[in-house]
Formats: sequence, C-alpha cells, structure tokens
Amino acid sequence: MSLLDYFRSSRPSSASVAKERLQILVAHERVSRNQPSYLPQLQKELLEVIRRHVNVGQDAISFSFEQDGNQETLELNIVLPDQPPKKS
Amino acid sequence: MARIIVVTSGKGGVGKTTTSAAIAMGLAKRGHKTVVIDFDVGLRNLDLIMGCERRVVYDLINVISGEAALNQALIKDKHCPNLFILPASQTRDKDSLTQEGIGKILDELSKDFKYIVCDSPAGIEKGAHLAMYYADDALVVTNPEVSSVRDSDRMLGILASKSRRAEQNQEPIKEYLLLTRYSPERVKLGEMLSVDDVQEILSLHLLGVIPESKSVLSASNAGVPVILDEKSDAGQAYADVVARYMGEDKPHRFIDEKKGLFGKLFGRG
Repeated sequence: MSLLDYFRSSRPSSASVAKERLQILVAHERVSRNQPSYLPQLQKELLEVIRRHVNVGQDAISFSFEQDGNQETLELNIVLPDQPPKKS
Repeated sequence: MARIIVVTSGKGGVGKTTTSAAIAMGLAKRGHKTVVIDFDVGLRNLDLIMGCERRVVYDLINVISGEAALNQALIKDKHCPNLFILPASQTRDKDSLTQEGIGKILDELSKDFKYIVCDSPAGIEKGAHLAMYYADDALVVTNPEVSSVRDSDRMLGILASKSRRAEQNQEPIKEYLLLTRYSPERVKLGEMLSVDDVQEILSLHLLGVIPESKSVLSASNAGVPVILDEKSDAGQAYADVVARYMGEDKPHRFIDEKKGLFGKLFGRG
C-alpha cells in the first residue's frame, strides 16, 4: 500500500459508478431485445382469456421471459383476488 | 472466397475509420490482397485517412448505379500494392445504397480479394446496416466510456439478428472487441472503465486495446494509416490486433500504465 493509494481509495471511483450503471442498463436492454416478437401480443391475448374467467386487474399478471442456453422459459404469474366471486 | 470484416460501433467518433484503415493496411502488408470500403455515404472520410482523397474519381454509388465499373472506382494504395480503397460518395443520397447492389459488389470483390474491410458509418441506419449485413467477422470498436459501451451492446444485438448470417440461420458473425482511446493512467485512478470492466459488460472476445495516443492524430493529419507508424504505441497495438486476428498468440500490451519515476517510487510493485 503506497501513500497515494490511501488518498485514492477514499470514495467510490467514477469508473465503478459507470460500470454499475452500465451493467444494469445493458441487462435491461438485453432482456427486451431477446424477447420473441410475439410476446406482447401473446401477453394481451392471454390476459383476455384469463379475464373471461377471473376478475383480475392488469397489474395482477406478470410475464417474464428467460433464455438459458437452448432453453427458453416463459413464466406467467397471476395473483388471484382474495375473495373469488361467488357463483350464483 | 474473401472474408468480410465489418468495423462497427454504433457511436460516432470512437475510431472506426482509423481502425478500418489500420486493419486493412495490416492485412495487406502481410501479403493478403485487401480492399477497404467506405460505407459512410455523404460523409466519406476513409479517403482522407488513407491519404488518397485527391485520387477519388468514381465511388461506391457510381458502381452500384452502373455509372462506373468496379475496377474504375478502386483506388490502389500508394504504400502497399495489395491494398485497394473503395470510397463512398460525398454528394449522393444514401438511399442509392441497396442491399442487392452491395451484395453484387461484394461478390465481385470476393473473387479477387482475400479480405474485404467494411468501414461502417455511425448510427444504426441504412449505411451501418448494409456495412454489417454480409459480414463474416465484426470488429466492435468501443471507447471505455458509458455511451460507447451501451451503443456497442446495441450493435451486438443488431449483428446477432439483422445480418445475412442471422437471417439465413448460418453460423453467427464472429464478434471481436477492440477497445480504443484507452488510458491506463486514468484507469488506475478510477476515472475510466478498465478493459476487464468493458469485457465483463459486453462479454466479447478482446482482440486488442489501442492506447490513447498522439500518433493517431498525426497519422490522420498526414493521411497515413497509423499502423505504418511502427514506432508508435498505437501503431504497434494495431499490428498486434492484426496478428491476433490472424490467429497468432500475442500478449496484450498497453493495458498497464507506463511508469515514470514518480510511479516507481510511490506505486505498487
């Protein structure tokens, strides 16, 4: 440890801030880039079908698309309402 | 069959033309017949960097539109008999560039040349798209700076999806990272992204690091590709890049700071 290093290590460097910002941004941009082009339409249609049976809001459904090597996973999460509507 | 290399980046001003000129000259000097094509229609500059601006008679658009034969437009380099330059048009509209027209020219050049280096314009518009469409290899020129790294990543996405190889389900374009304007001193001070940082973000095979160097500007002032300045750090770094591209195992230089007396006294090891 030299004398100069003491002053250098006092606060996070601008390069490490840049790296962190880029990692987040690039990861985010890659996700939207790698999504298949049919995904938004599929999402809309699935939502319509589900809504025919269950009364859920737009934000009760979340999609995530993941790619791991050759395997593609489409994950669909639906949060059902607390009290299911009574059938009459 | 020629190998088609695109030099691309997305962002402007990172060193695409400097790199195209250097790489093309490096390949030609090794005895491979090489042509370097300027795809920046309307803003041509490769001719200036190669020092042949006063010998431009016909250009890429003239050839595409059939106003000139290909060999009339090719300019023979004055330093190396294996190297030819195909300039872009300075006046014509870039809509004259067509995928079919470029395809025909590349086919014809492939019969005669070993390497075709395509100097891409900045951006992701037509010229940039056509420069990379037929490529076999891509040199992604990046500065250690946030906007350049982001644009490079965007370009990687385009290379992977919009090229001929992607469309025809062939083996993908081989992508290489070329980090330019690198300043080891500033990296050490934490002011600049390091090679490792950029590589980690882009996860690309590193072909070389070109240090920030005065010799790049003096080379462009003179119109001589910087690789011919064999004494300069940037010239040597480009020579290494060409060697690595050809499959030679060259350790990376110019990544660590040059140590002056001050650094020797106070620096680590």
